[in-house]
Amino acid sequence: MLRKIRITLATVCFVLINLLFLGVSWGLSQHIAWVAKIQFLPALLALDYAMLLVLIVVTLLFGRIYCSVICPLGVMQDLFGWMGKKAKKNRYSHSPEKKWLRYGVLAVFILCLIIGFAPVTTLLAPYSAYGRVVNSLFRPLYDLLNNGLAAFESHYDSYIFSEVQLWMRSVTTFIVALLTLGVLGFLAWRNGRTYCNTICPVGTILSFFSRFSLLRVQMDKDKCKNCSLCEKNCKASAIDFKAGTVDASRCVACGDCLEVCHFDALHYKPSVFSHQHSAGSDLHQPDMSKRAFVTGAVLATGAAAMAQAKIKVDGGMAVIEDKQVPDRETPVTPPGSISAYNMNRHCTACQLCVSACPNNVLRPSTDPLRFMQPEMSFERGYCRPECTRCSQVCPTGAIKPITKEEKTAIHIGHAVWIEQNCIPVTNGDHCGACARHCLAWAIQMVEKEINGKTVEVPVVDTEKCIGCGKCENLCPARPFSAIYVEGNTMHHIN
Amino acid sequence: MDRREFIKHSAAAVAATSVLATACKNNNGKSPLPLEGESEGASMSLRTNPNTGDQVSLLGFGMMRLPVQAGGTARENPDSPIDQDAVNEMVDYALEHGVNFFDTSPVYCQGLSERATGIALSRHPRKSYYISTKLSNFSPEIWSLKESKAMFEHSLKDLQTDYIDYLLLHGLGMGGGGRDADGAFRGRFIENGLLDWLVEQKRKGRIRNLGFSFHGSPEALASILRLHDEGKYHWDFALIELNYLDWHYANEINARNTDAEYLYGELEKRGIPMLVMEPLLGGRLAKQPDAITARMRKKDSRFSPAAWAFRFAGTPKGILSVLSGMTYMEHMRENIATYSPLVPLSDEENEWLLTLARDIYELKAIPCTACNYCMPCPYGLNIPGIFAHYNKCIAEGTMPSVDGRDNEFQRNRRAFLVGYDRAVPSVRQADHCIGCDHCVSHCPQRIDIPKEMQRIDRFVDQLRQANS
Repeated sequence: MLRKIRITLATVCFVLINLLFLGVSWGLSQHIAWVAKIQFLPALLALDYAMLLVLIVVTLLFGRIYCSVICPLGVMQDLFGWMGKKAKKNRYSHSPEKKWLRYGVLAVFILCLIIGFAPVTTLLAPYSAYGRVVNSLFRPLYDLLNNGLAAFESHYDSYIFSEVQLWMRSVTTFIVALLTLGVLGFLAWRNGRTYCNTICPVGTILSFFSRFSLLRVQMDKDKCKNCSLCEKNCKASAIDFKAGTVDASRCVACGDCLEVCHFDALHYKPSVFSHQHSAGSDLHQPDMSKRAFVTGAVLATGAAAMAQAKIKVDGGMAVIEDKQVPDRETPVTPPGSISAYNMNRHCTACQLCVSACPNNVLRPSTDPLRFMQPEMSFERGYCRPECTRCSQVCPTGAIKPITKEEKTAIHIGHAVWIEQNCIPVTNGDHCGACARHCLAWAIQMVEKEINGKTVEVPVVDTEKCIGCGKCENLCPARPFSAIYVEGNTMHHIN
Repeated sequence: MDRREFIKHSAAAVAATSVLATACKNNNGKSPLPLEGESEGASMSLRTNPNTGDQVSLLGFGMMRLPVQAGGTARENPDSPIDQDAVNEMVDYALEHGVNFFDTSPVYCQGLSERATGIALSRHPRKSYYISTKLSNFSPEIWSLKESKAMFEHSLKDLQTDYIDYLLLHGLGMGGGGRDADGAFRGRFIENGLLDWLVEQKRKGRIRNLGFSFHGSPEALASILRLHDEGKYHWDFALIELNYLDWHYANEINARNTDAEYLYGELEKRGIPMLVMEPLLGGRLAKQPDAITARMRKKDSRFSPAAWAFRFAGTPKGILSVLSGMTYMEHMRENIATYSPLVPLSDEENEWLLTLARDIYELKAIPCTACNYCMPCPYGLNIPGIFAHYNKCIAEGTMPSVDGRDNEFQRNRRAFLVGYDRAVPSVRQADHCIGCDHCVSHCPQRIDIPKEMQRIDRFVDQLRQANS
């Protein structure tokens, strides 16, 4: 019974969170974004104390069902474990709890959280590890399918599927995701929940509470015939049938043992209240000192290659060189994230915002200090005024929810003009694309004498500029735009 | 069986079944029927050139939209080479069915049209067809006599012939090289002595008819015809844009253009025979909104929108040949059928069609004919692709109105935006127009392309922002 309930609930959560990460449709996503917000670490980073309390109370009542139902990485490992058990039955065995490893990793994790060293926290966080797997590995496949269907339906004047761009947002994140899937899949196939009970910081935190849970799996030694099936089927290696114990700190309340026991020796039932006390943890959101992300920046320059045919024949299409990412002194982070600093402190790099971004603006950073956390760039699109999706899906408070109206008053960065790339300067063509497209009327064209010629070039009113990136995106200079967005260290609001 | 054989076999099958169908009057619906309007043994209408006595087919094959190997034309697949097999098949079919007029230019199909035309035609006796090509010395870089002569000689070489039946001064009235219509005409043909040289070539028999193609204002036409009236030069023929939309509305659609009615009148009264271009406005007149198609079919169910347009263009007596840039065999078969023989428009039908034209004009489509003269845009835009998508939505009656918010608006909005991304890759869409104006002088329809691009950009942006 426990197993069936667990599988049903886990399926619902798992399917929903996968739909969310695949970015199936915004119409659906905005209604199921809660499934990311009930995740433990995101709730912690979002300082959502109510949610944390609920999760802790649930664990105190039922044990670590969080790990079996809500955590997508746990469910993913269960899938691998299930396949592993198909290959070889009764493959697990008991092992003692590796406390030094669990607490060691947790200590490192908390330390990194306090000092704000994001690369470690984002790598260890289970929910975001799963997010990266889906976003980097499965989403491209889904997009491929979508584009195939779009190509198919386009023959029938049907407009259900709109094409999406398939592109590698970050090679390193892709490799991390591949390793995550490979290593965890292998471990889960062989030994079940190894990761959850040795490395996972959330697993370790919840295990504090599950030790004292009201309901837990208990063995009735009188009924036990020492057949060892329960131990051999415990993916958490938590059952020692000889000693007749079930380690409640590692048990994820999956119910598999209850089903395999032929002698009714295992029960999921209330425990004796002998050890019960409230386990306060030190896990308050620490007061953190501010740190700037100044990376050595060299202004990117590039000649605009726009060759024109000498003898004009009809037709043909000019080659369009791909845009390249400029080196930004301060990263540009989405409206709602307050500052790159705030983003760095709260983001678990789950890639949900990257999945949700319909404009191909967000992508995981390759900067070691902001590893895999989202940043904005405008080679393929710009931050459109009507879109607030990333702010609505973010479960950790790294991007706080904002409305379209609020967005218009948030200045995430400011445009910077690079004279030597600008088309009127390089080839004399009249342009003004940046000024014409500016959403904030922050750019105007003024006459300027350059190399003895009077040309119209843009000037930016940085007080008006909101940093949406439209000018950078639509600037005809390639591969480097003649106008690009520098992030504001802290978003200006007015 | 290669494709040519396959086509031959299926053509034979079509012929066989059509005989069968006529015999039985009852087809099981499985065998292919002849295309609408096709009938056995009917022959192409011919017109006589008063200068040379040439018996010219009323349908001329325009070699401007030749098929490419990747499918469609070079507009859809600009990097794909011309499908020479398909061109050969169409040319063979055309000749077999009485089409004997072939019109090309050194700049068509990215400069590859003449060569493909030459390959296809040289497989037939030279006397069995007329070749028309142009002096397309648009770039000021090749305005010199030497460069322009080289262009003509190159045409002869590519077309594998030693004479041109109809040579046109290409695109008079358009301006270019920073000069107005008259200035560009003088720069290209008069000041360099090119026109005199061409007259000399005509005397030598290397050119049989010397004429011009025209896109411009009444004043520009007047100055070209003055040369004729004053006896300085003799225009043997002229190529003009004529269709039921341009008859009265060319000038209203664009103030810099001249109504076809005026062009026709001016040339007719001087006895200059005319060739017609854009009888379908780049196919737009063949793809009408349902309501317009319904009215045409109701008027006479035998005629498709394309057939109505061809009948209109072919009816005036001063027309020598109606040139149609055909890409697909089916279109060629249908057009041949329409002119085999031409059923001239009655006065009443003519009147009715011109009333219908008013309603089509009111739809305010962008008058792009996808001639591709504007391409390549130096900044990578697919100009004809953008206009085609916009016009398609007008023609299909699915243009979302910007202030709409109902279900139909949402459906149309999605169809417009998704269809736009399908038709034109995002880096080639209207928002990338910088207004450099390089295209403006190339457009024979005189569309203010940058202005239209910016209008479409704003429209698309409003649609994108209007997500509920």
